[in-house]
Amino acid sequence: MKKIISGWSLIKIFTLLVYIWMFAPIVAVVILAFNPQQFGSFPMEGFSFKWFVKLSHNSTILDAFKNSLVLGSFTAIFATAIGVPAAMAFIRYEFRGKDFINTLLLAPIMIPEVILGVALLLFIRWLQQPKSFALLLIGHVVLTLPYVLLIVQARLVGIKKEYEEAALSLGASPFQTFREITFPLLAPAIFAGMLFAFTISFDDVTATLFWATAQNQTVPVKIFGMLRNSISPEINALGAVMIVLTVSTPLLAGYISRKFAKGPGK
Amino acid sequence: MKNKSWKPWILLSPSLAAVFFLLVVPVCFVIVYSFWLRAPSGADIPAFQFGNYAKFFEDFFYPSILLTTLRVALETVFLCLIMGYIPAYFFYKTESKFKPFLMIIVMLPFWISFIIRTLSWINILGDSGLINHVLMKIGFIQEPLAMLYNEGAVIMGLLQYLLPFMILNIYVSLDGIDKSLAEAAKSLGCTEWQAFREVTMPLSLPGVSAGCLLVFVLTCGTYLPPMILGGPGNEMIANLIFKRVIGTLDWPFGSAISAILLILLATIVYTYNRYMGISQIFKTLSNE
Repeated sequence: MKKIISGWSLIKIFTLLVYIWMFAPIVAVVILAFNPQQFGSFPMEGFSFKWFVKLSHNSTILDAFKNSLVLGSFTAIFATAIGVPAAMAFIRYEFRGKDFINTLLLAPIMIPEVILGVALLLFIRWLQQPKSFALLLIGHVVLTLPYVLLIVQARLVGIKKEYEEAALSLGASPFQTFREITFPLLAPAIFAGMLFAFTISFDDVTATLFWATAQNQTVPVKIFGMLRNSISPEINALGAVMIVLTVSTPLLAGYISRKFAKGPGK
Repeated sequence: MKNKSWKPWILLSPSLAAVFFLLVVPVCFVIVYSFWLRAPSGADIPAFQFGNYAKFFEDFFYPSILLTTLRVALETVFLCLIMGYIPAYFFYKTESKFKPFLMIIVMLPFWISFIIRTLSWINILGDSGLINHVLMKIGFIQEPLAMLYNEGAVIMGLLQYLLPFMILNIYVSLDGIDKSLAEAAKSLGCTEWQAFREVTMPLSLPGVSAGCLLVFVLTCGTYLPPMILGGPGNEMIANLIFKRVIGTLDWPFGSAISAILLILLATIVYTYNRYMGISQIFKTLSNE
């Protein structure tokens, strides 16, 4: 009996170590962001907000932030706009070649981003189109579409078909049925899909490096450019801002969508 | 019922069009481009010749980068498996009321910027990073240890990026196993370890293999960790592609390298799908 307990505590200790290992670097970034020293490294010499202040005056980073926000928002809207109907088709209908098409639409997850980046870039160049915001947008929609599909499909499986059939049999048009029945039930998943698409788009580096121009650099591409010199405390500050933003968004969204799903009065 | 058959296709058409024109056609175009001839000035010349592929296998330089990529991928898979299985098993077994919270924490890195997570290792492993700082402070070493810009650092970055995928895949598989099976084995005289080895572990293999495939494929295409945490000798195949396409603008050769990577990964995924079924991976990812 004693041996079993010690085996289990080894598992616990190992799990704890994995947690520490996973989060120590992230915590270090946040701590070092407050280090007033000229070099973004240990030891800590006091506590200051000066790198955050400096960051807020850096117009190229603010521009990159704006680009990232606009790109991420449009990506989220387009990816869900085309992903939700596709998810409906997979869950609500039977048709030939379903598995094949499902795999095809999910393929971008398994294809290295480098290849997606090269492929779309060369193709656009061959069509004699310049690199533009539109290229970034369509690229990001393809990158994020599989995740939207997966999330919405998973939710749609849980929504009984009978609700929709009841509405249809009571005389609602298919569009009315979607608007009045399916959409409200699906809203949390659509919201989650949009959020996921936004985050992936906001976060993407590899493919974006192929598609971005000097004018429409996103935050990660900008950070990548800054890194070429050295890791400055400003990068740590920017990292801290991004960590706080990206961690709090899904937590907040999860909270809101739970409230939203329950509806008023419950 | 016949009039219904076109309905799913209408719903699918926007997504299908997007994936067809923005993914299928461009990827096929890369393969076509890999046979073209490079023109140093102006447009590359359409052709059908294997010169770009011959150039790749001409000497040992390019294949060695491919071998490095495969070696790093295997090492990452192996370490991910060990570091992922035990926490996943912990989640499966634990009755702690903090379990949902602990699981959300494991998923948090998914949301944290990839580039931030990668570069954060510089603060830990660098010359004035946390480890060297602590070791020098306690007088264990006089000179900082060189831990950055080598293969180990690259793998650290990769592990941190891929571990949540592995944990999630294994956990989903474990979670589907009836705990009473292991109990039954124990009541028939198995030890805890035997029950795990003979019952639980074999039943978790679908998740293990799905996790391994995902980690392997994602590592093979990785660009950022070797770029930020690796030295000149740690280049991987994606770095090579980027250099040829964006750096030297040698698109036919860049296409050929992309095609080689694509064919390699497609073979692996196809073989896997043949024996294991790829749906496990997608099932896990949708669980998130």
